[in-house]
Amino acid sequence: MSVNRTQELQDRVRAALNDKTMLKIVGGNSKEFYGNPSLDSENNKTEIIETRIHQGITSYEPSELVITARAGTPLKEIEALLAENNQMLPFEPPHFGEHATLGGAIATGLSGSRRPFAGSARDFVLGTKIISGKGEIMSFGGQVIKNVAGYDVSRLMVGAMGTLGLLLEISIKVLPRPNTEVTQCIAMSQQQALKTMREFHQTSLPLSALAYENEKLYVRLSGAESAVTAAQKKVSGETMLHAENFWRQVNEQLHPFFKSNKPLWRLSVPYIAAIDIEEKSFIDWSGGLYWIHSDKEAEEIQQLASAQGGAATLFKVTDNSHAYTERFAPLQAKIKQFHVNLKMRFDPYGILNYGRLYSDL
Amino acid sequence: MTSATKANRNSLRNKLHQVLPKSSILETEEQTRPYECDGLTAYQQKPWIVVLPDSIEQVQTILRLCFEEGVPVVARGAGTGLSGGALPLANGVLLSLAKFNRILDINPDNRSATVEPGVRNLAISQAAEEFNLYYAPDPSSQIACTIGGNVAENAGGVHCLKYGLTVHNILQLKVITIDGELITIGSQALDTPGYDLLALMTGSEGMLGVIVEVTVKLLPRPEQAQVILAAFDDVVKAGEAVAAIIAEGIIPAGLEMMDNPAIRAAEDYAHAGYPVDAEAILLCELDGTHEEVSEQIQFVQHLLKQKGATSLRTSANEAERLKIWLGRKSAFPAVGRISPDYYCMDGTIPRHQLPKILKDISELSKEYNLLVANVFHAGDGNLHPLILYDANIEGELERTEEFGGKILELCVEAGGAITGEHGVGKEKIDQMCVQFKSLELQIFHDIKHSFDSKELLNPGKAVPTLHRCAELGGMHVHNGLLSHPGLERF
Ligand SMILES: Cc1cc2nc3c(=O)[nH]c(=O)nc-3n(C[C@H](O)[C@H](O)[C@H](O)COP(=O)(O)OP(=O)(O)OC[C@H]3O[C@@H](n4cnc5c(N)ncnc54)[C@H](O)[C@@H]3O)c2cc1C
Repeated sequence: MSVNRTQELQDRVRAALNDKTMLKIVGGNSKEFYGNPSLDSENNKTEIIETRIHQGITSYEPSELVITARAGTPLKEIEALLAENNQMLPFEPPHFGEHATLGGAIATGLSGSRRPFAGSARDFVLGTKIISGKGEIMSFGGQVIKNVAGYDVSRLMVGAMGTLGLLLEISIKVLPRPNTEVTQCIAMSQQQALKTMREFHQTSLPLSALAYENEKLYVRLSGAESAVTAAQKKVSGETMLHAENFWRQVNEQLHPFFKSNKPLWRLSVPYIAAIDIEEKSFIDWSGGLYWIHSDKEAEEIQQLASAQGGAATLFKVTDNSHAYTERFAPLQAKIKQFHVNLKMRFDPYGILNYGRLYSDL
Repeated sequence: MTSATKANRNSLRNKLHQVLPKSSILETEEQTRPYECDGLTAYQQKPWIVVLPDSIEQVQTILRLCFEEGVPVVARGAGTGLSGGALPLANGVLLSLAKFNRILDINPDNRSATVEPGVRNLAISQAAEEFNLYYAPDPSSQIACTIGGNVAENAGGVHCLKYGLTVHNILQLKVITIDGELITIGSQALDTPGYDLLALMTGSEGMLGVIVEVTVKLLPRPEQAQVILAAFDDVVKAGEAVAAIIAEGIIPAGLEMMDNPAIRAAEDYAHAGYPVDAEAILLCELDGTHEEVSEQIQFVQHLLKQKGATSLRTSANEAERLKIWLGRKSAFPAVGRISPDYYCMDGTIPRHQLPKILKDISELSKEYNLLVANVFHAGDGNLHPLILYDANIEGELERTEEFGGKILELCVEAGGAITGEHGVGKEKIDQMCVQFKSLELQIFHDIKHSFDSKELLNPGKAVPTLHRCAELGGMHVHNGLLSHPGLERF
């Protein structure tokens, strides 16, 4: 489907500016749980602005390795078209729901298991068109792979949770799908798995994921058939059946590990981190990402991650036990000041997703 | 903009002498001359004073003092930049990071290296070699340029298509703000909370802060790498071959193209065995495991023949591979030998526009009566037309610049950008008015002000004032539309 509603969206933002209404930007509403909950204040009411009305793939030339689509385009539509051409979004964005949109994937900036080997959402963003909080339409970057004209505002939008601009259109670099992909599963302890990941990751094995859970190391290999077959022998272990399904369940948090009523924490840490906590973890990204369900105090978990040079995000809660906890880790004072300065420039009246990233942004 | 007076500068000079050893301050004409330009020698300006700090504390003090006195500062790495980014200011401090040349840590388990900004690009890979790791972005200037300069320009190299640019290969920066505070941007982990200031800082051309430490990602060296040298009797055929390789789902480690004048110059200089009668050559490097490379080499050889390659040569060993690359990597100095001067452009285009743009460039070349040699990061659509000229001939530099500007405008028209890796600097400031509208330029200024409210860091570079664009807009009328219609003209 292709609908261009640029004007309507711009009018909405301008109207909000006039009426001092705050806007909550919604794509497929699949990641509503992520980030600080939006709080209605006494003086300002919050309205929903939906990007799904603005959708469609506007250009795609497989041999250019670039796709451009409106922010409200369903992720699955993009992925289906890429798959027809034997290509993919290399950062494996999680959907978390039927209707996930490209805009939501980029605004949250989340990446899947392929990330340490292929790159993250922000790594693949080439250009964006946005509506700022002043109701102005601006374009940055473009459809070319290399572009250093002007500051990299496109990548600044990735993970900004819509607080700097409403995404209208995004250009993304895509890659060919690997010819062959297999996953080897090896039984071992967590300590041994971390050691093995480090070893594997320093070799030229054609890796595309390294994860660990419940006494098992999962090693995904991707590439030319001959290379994958040779690597399988080196890695050893058992070849998983339905591995594709396994990785999808991990990415979409449908894997049994994620069945819990406790708050879910996401710790992004250096590969060499040692996370010491009694709760079980799902370890992804070659040791660089820990998922942990825990009732512990936010400060305690934050401390656990920051002591290792990383940061913890309160990813998902099932009750209102954390109603006033900042979901993202605190920032160094000067860095925070730069955040505030930028927000003031892009959205001086704080109408776009106010508070979603940090309660004062 | 800065309003520093002579009194401010005198006061600053006194204070600098109090905090820095004598040997770290250069002031005489003779001492400052080596800093008067970067790799773009057409622009020259001696700095008021040069400082060479060797500790983070010294950089903090220098910036704080400049901030207090309102004196502008230009940071400088190796000065190999090709857009006048490190061009000094007559009334400003030139802050050289040459003494920040220590490799602080190589951590194979974290696949990262932490280095000072003055460390040369190639030195990182050399230091990581004992762990069989390397730093992927490899600008042709890698023996000389610094990692700080690479971050400031978001430098690329011949292996960007597969391994990305500088922005994809760094984890963390330590930066001194203009008021002297030390901040950490990014982290040792893959994700960092908050806005992606790491991306914002990368390619910011020294306008937002001074980088004093860089943590880069390291990659395992591929088991095998081989390069194919393919000759074509027509540049368009070579361009089609590039698209065909990528359409087949292969991402080569490097995919470079050169046209006949560039081939001749490079061969003359490097004796890499390039076919001097070819209209174009492609260098296609494949890397990975032994199995993968052998399989893909055969496939690509076959494909190139199908696409009309007149001859093929494949490196049989590492020495041969490096020799084939040497020709490409020394293309700029090679062209420098056949012409008194050359001017290197850096536009990018969607790849399918290549035949059209090459045709347009060759027409402009006739119109301006200036020869052009084309070197092309073909895989990622980054053109480097080298315009040959002689600065001693009156008016030739001006003609060259005008010709270069036209090439960049063609790139924008083709859906590309005025710079792929060399940055805007002083050089492409006018073309920024073609690339962006007033709103975007204004937000760039806003970003600058968010970090540097007094506009003291490398002022006058990278982003043109809206007035400048308005003045130019009067001259540049595109398709009957003015580029900056909202602005007053005078
Ligand atoms: C022969 C030749 C080949 C080249 N090939 C390539 C290529 O293949 N790919 C490519 O991308 N470039 C290439 N370049 C351009 C140049 O080498 C790069 O732009 C390089 O990144 C510049 O590094 P430098 O240390 O020389 O920086 P400089 O020229 O000293 O500075 C460049 C910019 O960075 C700023 N800067 C420097 N250090 C810092 C710091 N520590 N903190 C903040 N700002 C800083 C300066 O103010 C300036 O704006 C080539 C240049 C030459 C001469």
